[in-house]
Amino acid sequence: MAQFRIPGPLRRLSGGETTVKVEAGDLGAAIDALDARYPGFRDRLLDHNGQLRQFVNVYLNDEDVRLGAGLEAKVSEKDEISIVPAVAGGG
Amino acid sequence: MAKLLGLRCRECGAEYELQATHVCEMCFGPLDAIYDEAALRKKVSRQRIEQGPPSMWRYRDLLPVEDDTQVVTLGEGFTPLVRAERLGAELGLRNLWLKNDSMNPTNSFKDRVVSVAISWARANGFETIACASTGNLANAVAAYAARAGLECFVFIPVDLEPAKVVSISVFDPNVVAVRGNYDEVNRLCSQLLESTPWAFCNINIRPFYAEGSKTLTFETVEQLGWRLPDEIIIPIASGCQFVRHRQAIRELIDYGLVRDDRVPALTGAQALGCAPVYNAFKSDTPERVLPVKPDTIARSIAIGNPSDGMYVNRIALETGGVVEAVTEDEIVAAMRLLARTEGIFTETAGGVTIGVLAKLARAGRWKGDEVVVAYVTGHGLKTADVLASVDGHARRVEIEPTLKSFREKVTI
Repeated sequence: MAQFRIPGPLRRLSGGETTVKVEAGDLGAAIDALDARYPGFRDRLLDHNGQLRQFVNVYLNDEDVRLGAGLEAKVSEKDEISIVPAVAGGG
Repeated sequence: MAKLLGLRCRECGAEYELQATHVCEMCFGPLDAIYDEAALRKKVSRQRIEQGPPSMWRYRDLLPVEDDTQVVTLGEGFTPLVRAERLGAELGLRNLWLKNDSMNPTNSFKDRVVSVAISWARANGFETIACASTGNLANAVAAYAARAGLECFVFIPVDLEPAKVVSISVFDPNVVAVRGNYDEVNRLCSQLLESTPWAFCNINIRPFYAEGSKTLTFETVEQLGWRLPDEIIIPIASGCQFVRHRQAIRELIDYGLVRDDRVPALTGAQALGCAPVYNAFKSDTPERVLPVKPDTIARSIAIGNPSDGMYVNRIALETGGVVEAVTEDEIVAAMRLLARTEGIFTETAGGVTIGVLAKLARAGRWKGDEVVVAYVTGHGLKTADVLASVDGHARRVEIEPTLKSFREKVTI
């Protein structure tokens, strides 16, 4: 099963859990599975068009999914999916 | 009376108590500091500012530190605003000004934001200061942490320019060289937040850090005789400072520091080798900024996933500005143009700003009398290596120490 890493601001939704395992074939389905277990995640991660929200970065095994296949990125056993707030950095 | 009231989400308006956090729990939007504006309106005046120190701290009332906070300062800010007649003549601009922020204590704009961030962090009990950096920020953080006597961890990409590594290391911080690019360093630090009791200048204490940027615009306007320019050219990395410049203009107008209320056009500059904000600006969806993998000599602004990118484009469009980008050759040419015409040696990021200024001027953006200001945000010695590979010595001759040799080889 793939594993989500849940950031601090979203742990209220996951009952304090820092990691959550899900069964899914791609990232979109993984988010659906996460939301089925802990309702509310879908709304926090996706906008009304079903796209990743502007202020959410999702990394599949350390690769920014926006640089790849996005929500259609294939997810397999032992993959790690990290949710990281996008607002950081300065220049 | 406390001047700071709390933090507010820029997206959904949710409010939070003052604390070291940068992200809204509801929508992940960025948090901004909330001031007691009614109190400030009564207090702030040109006279009060002009009686302040010759540093950015003359705008202390408009910065997120309370009156009893002992600030950590190296005399940052109040850098020269110089009229650029010779560069202006080349570009057809009769009222061109350069805000030379490479004159700061560690030779970049970052001293402004770091002085505010570390002052806030020390006053709020933090013992360790950290940052994710493309170099200039780490340089400033290391220097100001030394000045404040605080522990310091700086996280940098492993392949940072050698000159920057030296000027960071001399202050004896803990340097963590990460095998990745800046965006990867930044992500690592965002994840580290939860397991360290540290103040990361540009992450968890970003709402305070960012405020320091405003002083660049406050000073520019004061140095122009309390007049707003017509347009400002600003380099874009994360877009953090661009957003604060819009806020600075709002405050100058709201607090009655300028009579005019005509908001200047704010124009952003990127390197084509890392131009996610420019790409979005040119597209049909300017607020949808997609990340890129940076590949440019303008390392100090090479952020492929700019957190404030959408706000940059919103503000550029709102104020009548644009976002433009230049090639690597144009960056180097602009560094040399600025040096040749004005005697100012800027780093590659400054080459981006001046390159965009030159490109827009040559494309006929201005009639010629507009008051245009370009922010030159870092010193050329930080990235001197990029000029080493260019033929920068066309006028060099080597001679024997004799009059004969001089007369033979040198044309006067």
